[in-house]
Amino acid sequence: MNRFYVVLAVLAVVLGITLFVLLRPSSGAAKAAAGPPPSVVDDGFRGYTLGVGDPVVEITEYSDFECPFCANFATIQMPTIKEQLINTGKVRWRFRDFPLPSHRYSRYAAHAAQCAGEQGKFWDMHDQLFYHHQWAQTGKDPSALFRDFAKTIGLDPQRYEACMTAGRFASRIEFSRQEGDRLLVNGTPTFFINGKMFNGSRATSDTFKAIADSIIAHTPPAPRAPAHH
Amino acid sequence: MRSRQAIALFALVGFFVALYLWLHALGVGGTLKCGTGACETVQTSRWAVFLGLPVALYGVVGYLLIFVVAVVALRPAALAERRWNALLAGLSTIGVLFTAWLTYLELFVIHAICRWCVGSAVIITATWIVAVLSLRSPALRTDPAASPLPRDRPA
Repeated sequence: MNRFYVVLAVLAVVLGITLFVLLRPSSGAAKAAAGPPPSVVDDGFRGYTLGVGDPVVEITEYSDFECPFCANFATIQMPTIKEQLINTGKVRWRFRDFPLPSHRYSRYAAHAAQCAGEQGKFWDMHDQLFYHHQWAQTGKDPSALFRDFAKTIGLDPQRYEACMTAGRFASRIEFSRQEGDRLLVNGTPTFFINGKMFNGSRATSDTFKAIADSIIAHTPPAPRAPAHH
Repeated sequence: MRSRQAIALFALVGFFVALYLWLHALGVGGTLKCGTGACETVQTSRWAVFLGLPVALYGVVGYLLIFVVAVVALRPAALAERRWNALLAGLSTIGVLFTAWLTYLELFVIHAICRWCVGSAVIITATWIVAVLSLRSPALRTDPAASPLPRDRPA
């Protein structure tokens, strides 16, 4: 019997030490991807887009992945907008990063989306980040969760990891933020409809449909190619 | 006695697994060490909270309770009492049912698996099997008539 209690005590000590080791803080979110870059270079990139054909309406969204309004918009309004406006060829949707300084991990999230974009899955990561938005409320290091997202959407984990560690797109994200600054974006989400600012952070899909339909109705049809006789 | 010892050992391991997940839920330490699993997806899902408390806390309390009951049941005075076996079987049944529900959520709702949760599921299932089997094992006999002690034989 006494031997059993010795075994129990030894096991408790071993498990306690293991727990201590497991709880030691890890390297966490890669600094290069989480913070602003030392210098900003224009790589010519102007945002990922959604849309078919050559629509007369283009809506650019300046968004922050940690912003709750942006998450609401992406999960509640965007599915209808996609169905009614984007998939029907009425609107091209452009996504631009505007990480707010008050949000600790929004640059990191934007970077995860860009690294997914490098593998052709920007919108998949965009959806993961917005549809599982609990990460933005916990304040905890989301690097492991984003790694899970990367796995879920089928990214090559090594390429994703290398991209995040190197902070490959930090400059691109900062360029987008500075572009937003120049356009007087002061909150997220902010929209530009055919280049004109529309501060509809709480706008619904109906609002965008009404605006898009109105623009389309007032746009003269493109001239047809002359018929040959 | 062996079954109670085994249950105490299982519960101790399970307690530390649940403690790790609970401390992580409280923000202690860095990211979850998960290997190839999807622990963060599970731990940050809305199912990681039950009745306003982190699910891992139920694990901490449950395993601690099973551990304490198993150790108390190992006292010499309690060894012959079968009600402890019933109590351990009852507690581990609650644990195994709760774990089955959580595993269902992982597989069919969250679509992600947390290795630590799988580990805990294995531990509570093993505990439950041992506890249920112990109900079927014969009671430790203390009745001298039923279990005669060696006596001096007449010369």
